[in-house]
Amino acid sequence: MSAIIITDLTKKYGTLTAVDHLSLTIEKGELFSLLGMNGAGKTTTIKMLSCLIPPTEGDAVMLGDSIRENPNAVKQKTNISPQETAVAPNLTVRENLEFIAGIYGQNAEASVKSAKEMSSRFGLDDVLGNKARTLSGGMQRRLSIAMALISDPQILFLDEPTLGLDVIARRELWASIRQLKKQVTIILTSHYLEEVEALSDRIGVMTKGKLVAVGTTADLTAQTGTGNLEDAFVVLSGGVL
Amino acid sequence: MRILLFARRNTKEILRDPINLLFALGFPLILLFLFSVINSAIPAEAKNDMFIITKTAPGMATFGTVFFALFSGVLLAKDRTSSFLMRLFAAPMTSMDYIIGYTLPILAMAAIQSIITFSAAVLLGLPLSVYMPGAVLIMLPIAVLYVGVGLLCGSLLNEKAVSGICGALLTNIAGWFSGIWIPLDLIGGGFKKAAEVLPFYHGVEATKQALAGDFAGTIPHLAVVLGYVVVFYGLAIIIFRRKMRGDKA
Repeated sequence: MSAIIITDLTKKYGTLTAVDHLSLTIEKGELFSLLGMNGAGKTTTIKMLSCLIPPTEGDAVMLGDSIRENPNAVKQKTNISPQETAVAPNLTVRENLEFIAGIYGQNAEASVKSAKEMSSRFGLDDVLGNKARTLSGGMQRRLSIAMALISDPQILFLDEPTLGLDVIARRELWASIRQLKKQVTIILTSHYLEEVEALSDRIGVMTKGKLVAVGTTADLTAQTGTGNLEDAFVVLSGGVL
Repeated sequence: MRILLFARRNTKEILRDPINLLFALGFPLILLFLFSVINSAIPAEAKNDMFIITKTAPGMATFGTVFFALFSGVLLAKDRTSSFLMRLFAAPMTSMDYIIGYTLPILAMAAIQSIITFSAAVLLGLPLSVYMPGAVLIMLPIAVLYVGVGLLCGSLLNEKAVSGICGALLTNIAGWFSGIWIPLDLIGGGFKKAAEVLPFYHGVEATKQALAGDFAGTIPHLAVVLGYVVVFYGLAIIIFRRKMRGDKA
C-alpha cells in the first residue's frame, strides 16, 4: 500500500528551481533515502512534504491527504527531525518530550506515558532530568528523533540524522532507526552513503532539483555499471569516476 | 492548550537563563537604588527633585520592560536558527498559537517585575498607594510593544544581531528618550521633540500618571504607546506568518 504519492512536485524561488517536477511513490513502512549533493533539493522536498513550505506546482498525497488541500491533517500524521538538533536547550529531556507530545494533542497523562516510553526506547532514561543543552551531540540527536516519534507519526522525515556525530553515536542511532523500519514510513536524507546503504529499502538520487534515479543499491549500481553505491552516486550526480 | 504549553515552555527557557533574571530584575533595582543614593546626596537647598523616588520608581519600572524585547527576540532567533521552530512549524499549531505563546509569559513577567520594582521603591521611600495596581496594568501594553519589537527582530535577524539591536541599542534609546536619566526639559530642543514622538517618554509618563491616580492623564500617553504597539506587533505578526509559510520575508 502506498503511503506517499508525489506528483510533479515543484518548488521555485524566483528563477531558481529548487525541486523540479518530482514524482515518486513510497510504500507504507518503507525507509526511502534521498541522496544528492548540497543544493540538490533534498531538504526542500522534505519541507514541502512536511507542509513547512507550499509547493509552487504539483502535489503529494500523504496517507490519503493532500499537502496542498489538507496540510493540518498531514501534520497530524507526520513528524520531522530537522537537520540541526532542534531541541529546547533549557528544558530537561523529559520536558522536551512531554512538550512535543502535548502540542500534538496528547493530554498530560498520555504525555508523561509517551515520554517514558520514548526515553526507554532511545536510552534516555539516565538523562531524563538533565537539561537538553548539557547532553552530548549524540544524545541530543537521539532526543531529537525521540521528539519526532513521540507523536506516533505514520510518516517520519529524518533530515541528516547523524550529521556531525562520531562513529559510535552514528551506529547507535542506526540501531534506533532500524527498530522503526516497517512500523513507520521514513524518508531519510543523508550525505553518508554507507548510512544510506545500511538503512534504506530504496534510494532516490536528486541532482539540481530533479530525481534522476530510484531503486535499491543493486538497481543503481546495475543502472550505472558501477561496483558500489558511491560510484553509482557519482555517475548519477554528473561527476567523474 | 497548545498556547499554554508553548507559553510554559517559553517561560522556562527565559527564566532558566540567569543573565535574563539579572537584566530583568537586577538592573532596574540597581538603578533605582543608585538614583536613591544620588537623591539623598543632593542637599535640600539645591531644590533639585530630579531623582526623587516618586519620579524614578515609575521610570525604572517602565524602563525594566525594555529588556523583554531582548528576551523575546533572542528566544525567537534561537528557536529559528536552531530549527526548533521548524520542528514546531511541522506540528498542527497556528501562527496565533506562536504569537500569543511568545507574548503571554512576557506579560506575566512584566507584571511581576513591576510589582518587585514598586515594592523595592516602597522600601526606598515611595509612599504605598492604592494606585499601584493601576500602574502595574500600564506596564502590560508597554511590554506588548517591546515583545512586538523583539518578535520582529527575532523573525528577521540572528541571535547576535538581536542582542545588539534589542539589547545595547534599544535599551540606550529607551533610556535616553524616556527622560529617566536626564529630564527632557533640561535637554530641550530637537531632542525633546524627538522624545515626544517616540513611545518611551509616553510609557514613563503614563506610569507616573497612573501611580498618581490620574488615570485620565494616562490616556494621551497610552494612545501614543498603543499606536506603536499596533505598528510593531502588527508587523511582527505579518513577518512571522510569512516566515511560517516559508516565504523569504
